[in-house]
Amino acid sequence: MLKLEPRAHPSVWMSWLSPVLAVLLTMACGLLLFMAVGKDPLASLAVFFLEPIKDLRGWSEVGVKLAPLLLISVGLAMCFRANVFNIGAEGQLVLGAITAGAVVLYFDDETAQGGFWLISLALIAGAAGGMLWAGITAFLRDRYNANEILVSLMLVYVAELLLSYLVHGALMDPDGFGFPQSRLFSDGFLLPTVLPGTRLHLGIILALAASLIGWLYLSRSFSGFKLQVGGMAPLAARYAGFSARRSLWVTMLVSGGLAGLAGACEIMGPIGQLTPSVSPGYGFAAIIVAFVGRLHPVGVIFSSFIMALLYIGGELSQSRLGMPSAITGIFQGILLFSLLACDVLIHNRLRWRR
Amino acid sequence: MDALAPLLASAINAGTPLMLAALGLLINEKSGVINLGSEGMMLVAAVIGFAVTLHSGSVAVGFMAGAISGMVLAGFFAWLTVWLGANQVATGLALSLFGAGASAYIGIDYVGETLQGGRYGIPLLEDIPLLGTALFRQHPMVYFSLVLCAAIIWFLNRTRAGLILRAVGESPSSAHSLGYDVRRIRLAALLFGGACCGLAGAFMSLVYTPMWVEDMVAGRGWIALALTTFATWRPARVLAGAYLFGGITILTYHMQALGVPIASQLLSMLPYLATVLVLVLISRNASWIRLNMPASLGKNFNPNT
Repeated sequence: MLKLEPRAHPSVWMSWLSPVLAVLLTMACGLLLFMAVGKDPLASLAVFFLEPIKDLRGWSEVGVKLAPLLLISVGLAMCFRANVFNIGAEGQLVLGAITAGAVVLYFDDETAQGGFWLISLALIAGAAGGMLWAGITAFLRDRYNANEILVSLMLVYVAELLLSYLVHGALMDPDGFGFPQSRLFSDGFLLPTVLPGTRLHLGIILALAASLIGWLYLSRSFSGFKLQVGGMAPLAARYAGFSARRSLWVTMLVSGGLAGLAGACEIMGPIGQLTPSVSPGYGFAAIIVAFVGRLHPVGVIFSSFIMALLYIGGELSQSRLGMPSAITGIFQGILLFSLLACDVLIHNRLRWRR
Repeated sequence: MDALAPLLASAINAGTPLMLAALGLLINEKSGVINLGSEGMMLVAAVIGFAVTLHSGSVAVGFMAGAISGMVLAGFFAWLTVWLGANQVATGLALSLFGAGASAYIGIDYVGETLQGGRYGIPLLEDIPLLGTALFRQHPMVYFSLVLCAAIIWFLNRTRAGLILRAVGESPSSAHSLGYDVRRIRLAALLFGGACCGLAGAFMSLVYTPMWVEDMVAGRGWIALALTTFATWRPARVLAGAYLFGGITILTYHMQALGVPIASQLLSMLPYLATVLVLVLISRNASWIRLNMPASLGKNFNPNT
């Protein structure tokens, strides 16, 4: 019988191999799932993992999905390392979209041409909106000891309702025949594209920069070191005089700001206006991305890539396989389950025992 | 007064899924495990309960199917956290995300289908003026949830098994050294919690709405989690809290119907904002929470080390 045997030391090898195993295990579950519903399993799997990247246009679309996932997951990786469980990134993204959208709609009239400064202002407004939303959670945790998981999650629903309220009212397009959406932003307010002829926008550059800065912060700065000690050994951190409150505020504000920035990039990038739904659950998917990327600001680039494939595969499976795009959600859950199961092998080894 | 009775009746109806789920989660947490997958379990149970009822024609079979699907998911959660030692918070989140995706996938074919609504009532008692309408014309599951609440109070405080369960939650290592199988007890608690969340989910799609809409649980699984904290892990307070939240939900509907000049989206925020407010009020006193919270909550226990 297979038995788990505790290792004397956690395996460094396994901690990096485990995400790869998890992806393979997810693929295996996918094969079984496709077989169960009577589709050709290999061809179906190709829709998810090969078809999205078969040409340059495909790669650019992966980049469009990767940008928000990476922005959010870099912030969440910092949070989770400090043991701050910010689960409400989706709400922070929505609020970032609202504030950035409001700024764009305020300046976007017949005369304004948009341009670098106004786009920057809107992006900053988006980040500030996300920070504000995360700041509420941080404040209630800090001042009143309220559980940040539940508070940040409740605020997701509040943010989504607020967006719905605004696009049905104050920010609705007056000439839009009553459709709940804002005016289309003028070209001067849209993020510049990185690859001509594709939808790949500036957000991907911002995301990669965030990943690099996040890595430098965690691995090279004293402040980053302190918040990681606080996550791994709270008592040691307290003994050393590292402030847990500071870690809470820093990680919440940074992750909220990045999620807000992601929201701003979404509406000024691929969407181009405010709609009642600005995200297909990027804020929640980024939680999985952060864990699969080993809570490492560079590691999450790879897991964001996998998650982006799952999103595009889900969209394609509707037309290619006649399967609903909700299948993306199933794969997301299986991926995180697989990772958690594979992580057992970091601290244990499998032994055959009779 | 005449308007108040149906209001009270629908508040109880709206509070029942919260109570069922929160009672299950309370038992989980009393054994030291926090399962953040309640939202996912409720969603899967809602769609499976609905589908089974539609095909079998029996609401009771639908509830059974809901409870079983909740137990299956909870069993998987138990395997990952209790046996493999995976982080409870991350595993629970995975379960919630998986449940949202899986329920949307299963439910595609059932969107737009409706169930025949039944009429229920307790003979004689339902004819009492006002009180009859308010209290005695509910779905049998409502009364079941009340019995369940009483049974849990009795179980936790008056039985040996309840004492063992609490001991496992307070100090698994002491319970282990006394010879109790901590993992099996936690598994049992999780399965019970899964069944309760399953019943709560099925109640949503079979009685409360009654139909299947994607993401119809709308955060009630999370509110139920907040309720256990709000109740400081006492079943009687779970009951009060659930009906309070049911009342808030119903109040928002009625304010819309009465034409109160507040946008429906703002009114719909109320239950979520109330949850935040309640968490803030109850958690303010950190030492009080620590005193009432099961001491090993969220911490895994490995009997082999």
